[in-house]
Amino acid sequence: MEALSLTALEVESLRLSLWVSGWAVVGSLPVGIGVAWVLARLRFPGKVLLDGLVCLPLVLPPVVTGYTLLVLMGKNGPLGSLLQKTIGLSFSFNWKGAALASAVMAFPLLVRAVRLSIEAVDQGLEAAARTLGAGPLRVFFTVTLPLILPGVLAGVILCFTRSLGEFGATITFVSNIPGQTRTLPLALYTLTQVPGGEAAALRLCIISVLLALLALVGSEIMARRLNQRLKG
Amino acid sequence: MLDIQLARRQGRFQVNAAFQARNTGITALFGPSGAGKTSVINMVAGLSRPDGGHIVVHDRVLFDSDHGINLPPEKRSIGYIFQDGRLFPHLTVRGNLTYGMKLTPRSQRFIGIDQVVGLLGIEHLLDRRPARLSGGEKQRVGIGRALLTSPRLLLMDEPLASLDLARKSEVIPFIGKLPAAFSIPIIYVTHSVDEVLQLADDIVLMNYGKSVIAGNMPEVIQRPEFQDVFGRQEAFSVVSMVVKDHDASAGLSLLQGPAACLKLPLMNCVTGEPVRVRIRDRRE
Repeated sequence: MEALSLTALEVESLRLSLWVSGWAVVGSLPVGIGVAWVLARLRFPGKVLLDGLVCLPLVLPPVVTGYTLLVLMGKNGPLGSLLQKTIGLSFSFNWKGAALASAVMAFPLLVRAVRLSIEAVDQGLEAAARTLGAGPLRVFFTVTLPLILPGVLAGVILCFTRSLGEFGATITFVSNIPGQTRTLPLALYTLTQVPGGEAAALRLCIISVLLALLALVGSEIMARRLNQRLKG
Repeated sequence: MLDIQLARRQGRFQVNAAFQARNTGITALFGPSGAGKTSVINMVAGLSRPDGGHIVVHDRVLFDSDHGINLPPEKRSIGYIFQDGRLFPHLTVRGNLTYGMKLTPRSQRFIGIDQVVGLLGIEHLLDRRPARLSGGEKQRVGIGRALLTSPRLLLMDEPLASLDLARKSEVIPFIGKLPAAFSIPIIYVTHSVDEVLQLADDIVLMNYGKSVIAGNMPEVIQRPEFQDVFGRQEAFSVVSMVVKDHDASAGLSLLQGPAACLKLPLMNCVTGEPVRVRIRDRRE
């Protein structure tokens, strides 16, 4: 029975991982839906560039993304110092930085899932809503958004699970600080660096697999419910 | 009075429509496929923007290129019934019906939900989702949804085109009742002569993106311009007659016209009901 209860280290890294990933999703979701909508619906010069920029974290080495964040958003970075001065928000070497790194890394996956579902929405339904008296914003919230919920859900799950596994950008940007930025993968990495850490590392490994599996199964069940709703 | 004058270029296709319609009854916007009929009502509804012209409904200017007026669709008070229904799949029938009604200020509503649900015979469908409706039921819900916004004008874009014959005859009587029941004028897009004969009071003929002639239906369909559009193969005459008697045992209905009597296969009409009979030219 002893083997089934979690150690303090495991609880801490698990709690931190969920916290960081949760905030990564919450923070990137509104922006992600907005960017996905722009990419799906608007035509403008420079669209290819925006598309490329959004997808960049997918193809860059995570260390490059992490280092870019460090340069831009760190204490002395141009954006980082601005945010610190104006709204007192700091991303350097704390869990917020870890959430930001996760969000940036998972952003392409989120945008892609949402964009595909927006492109699949019948724009005739939105036109119908306009003729029934709804302005563009109301049409988005009462027609478009409910119809893309399955896609949004898929994006959320992808973003969440990708954040749970985020390693390279996080350790580069906000380092490996216990209780602040040492999420599950970082704790696992730390254990593999000390002699005799193999057993504990294996346990974290299993926890990670179970967590990811849980998220995927949960999303599958929710997706089925959503589809059921549309089929009456 | 509806006063419509529109021009729009769509690629190589030029739409040029100018016509007026009365404030009552059904005006058929009639022409072969690809004549630009749907383009015209999309502009009237505000779903696409004309290059020039004006749209005036009941003295209210909805669009005027000279004065830079272009009301968005949600401000036009025009109901639109689409060929493909376009019911919201995530809402129940009730949710679809009330979607536009809730957005119409109470003071401007002159059509109630009970009235519409009763007329269209959709009480038993209210809690269903559109995926579980038949084609005819979907169209009736679509009509109800548009009516409940208490519009000043109804646009119907081939509402029967995607239905089979049985469903068509299920929906046509409801459409026929609308102008009298709610005193809303209807612009009815179709390429079916049958629908024109059954429903239209007035007609606007369109061909190659242009409105050719407009006027009272029985007169316009006898004009040479009308026959020109459809060619000699579709030539026909229309005679107004009255149902005089039914002979159920022989399976016949007796119709009385101004100059002759006709015996036709048994019709689902009451005695004394006026009907229009189309006699088609079928010489070989």
